[in-house]
Amino acid sequence: MSQYDAIVIGAGMSGLAAGIRLAMFDKKVVILEKHSIPGGLNSYYQRRNFDKGGIRQFDVGLHALTNFIKKGEKGKPFSKLLKQLRLSYDDFKLCPQTHSKISFPGVELKFSNDFELLQNEVHEKFSSQVDAFNELVEKVRSFNELDLSIGYQSSRDVLKTLIADELLVEMLLCPLLIYGSAWEDDMDFAQFVIMFKSLYFEGFSRPEGGVRTIISLLMKKLDEVGAEVRFKAAVTEIITKDGKAIGVNVNGEELYAPVVLSSIGYPETVRLTKEINIDPQVGKMTFLESIFIFDKKIPLQSQDSTIVFYNNAPEYAYRPATNYFDSTSAVVCFPDNYEPQNREGEGTVRITFMANYHQWRELDRAAYDAKKDEVGDCALKLVKSMMPGFDGNLLFKDIFSPMTIERYTWHLNGTVYGSTDKTRDGRTPVPGLFIIGTDQGFLGIVGSILSGISMANLHGLMREGDS
Amino acid sequence: MTAANVRQIVLDIISDIAPDEDVTSLDDSKSLREQLDLDSMDFLDIVMELRKRHKVEVPQEDYPKLATLDSCVAYLSPKFA
Repeated sequence: MSQYDAIVIGAGMSGLAAGIRLAMFDKKVVILEKHSIPGGLNSYYQRRNFDKGGIRQFDVGLHALTNFIKKGEKGKPFSKLLKQLRLSYDDFKLCPQTHSKISFPGVELKFSNDFELLQNEVHEKFSSQVDAFNELVEKVRSFNELDLSIGYQSSRDVLKTLIADELLVEMLLCPLLIYGSAWEDDMDFAQFVIMFKSLYFEGFSRPEGGVRTIISLLMKKLDEVGAEVRFKAAVTEIITKDGKAIGVNVNGEELYAPVVLSSIGYPETVRLTKEINIDPQVGKMTFLESIFIFDKKIPLQSQDSTIVFYNNAPEYAYRPATNYFDSTSAVVCFPDNYEPQNREGEGTVRITFMANYHQWRELDRAAYDAKKDEVGDCALKLVKSMMPGFDGNLLFKDIFSPMTIERYTWHLNGTVYGSTDKTRDGRTPVPGLFIIGTDQGFLGIVGSILSGISMANLHGLMREGDS
Repeated sequence: MTAANVRQIVLDIISDIAPDEDVTSLDDSKSLREQLDLDSMDFLDIVMELRKRHKVEVPQEDYPKLATLDSCVAYLSPKFA
């Protein structure tokens, strides 16, 4: 039997951050990860490349790191993260985006890490809506999204009271929904505010080296502060006594701690816990990602955006695809269009479609492979339409499905943004058991890290101050 | 321990948790939050560092007593005695 001050389930971004905070102040903490590598939904994998006989490594989640700041900027989510984990800005090697765009039938809105670009675009393309847009911006600016006591409010309802042009409402919502909403077609207004600030006010960058740069920074810090991390460590039960969480069963071994922080999702956590009488909904939003590698970089005159939020339907449908996958909308990432835009070497494009977990689950192996090929063809066609004049050859492609996500992250139904039942203060009906990460309600890599930090602070560090 | 020692202990902690802040020209009677980019998370770190480095406990209801350098010195000095 082993006794800890805190047990963290899951070595994703939130679990790693929570572990750092707790160990930094001399808590005895262990992080238990079912997979053989860290990262959770923002991890990496490798594929052998038969053409060249080498091995290629791919990021799983990361198209973009939101919440970009310049060095020295203060009071922003990313600067809070740096201070709380005592990491240096330079270690992240952030490469900012050129610009991204929201592309709907007949109209495009560009945005960048300078908010003025989006303001100018709205001014130019929706001139009758400028005052309404400015009013929304003011509402977002003054909203306290960190108030954990605010209840659900529909973003669509809020937006429609301000902005008359429905197309502008759809276009503004599109990136925010697909980069983080667990809800179909809508999102909680507090989440909308977090996402609006993260994407439009602050913007995108990518660490040089991708998600592994972030993971290795966090792993190194964990080592420095003396936290224990176990891989291939599957928690099979959260042990309770007299209605309180007191530990976990992992690979047949019992570990005890007065605080258990679970990052594996709210419904997933409930399923491991006896004596818990709630049933958080499993979210429905899951995705398919296709990755294409070309034998040369896509020239900027063919495509100069970093991310394209594409929609070709009259209405933007953010909901599970009705027929396996939905190719009327997509998020297309051109990672070579982050600074410094080196034009040497291979070119990469990543493209995400919304999917339907239940349909994919019914496919047998042959039908699954055939359906994946169909996705790949469809994705490649769309990608090619976005880079006119590009004559490179496809070297390699890889596609991952909702089944892949479920298999490697154990998130039920391959959900990426978790449950629609969030617990914003992290509390569950079981004292001692807390939710961190996506189902606590902060989103993206920066959001997940801040979730781990703030929940570790609140439930792991401050509890002694209470006594 | 003198008041100057206690003041220095607090400044050392602030310099470590917020390395970009200039703590050399602070007005001791004015709120630290107004002069530096410190939020509630940073104040938690000040409290945690006081415990870790000096075994000094600051209960949560006393956090407001760390508002200025003067109030820090007044509140913490008896704890260092």
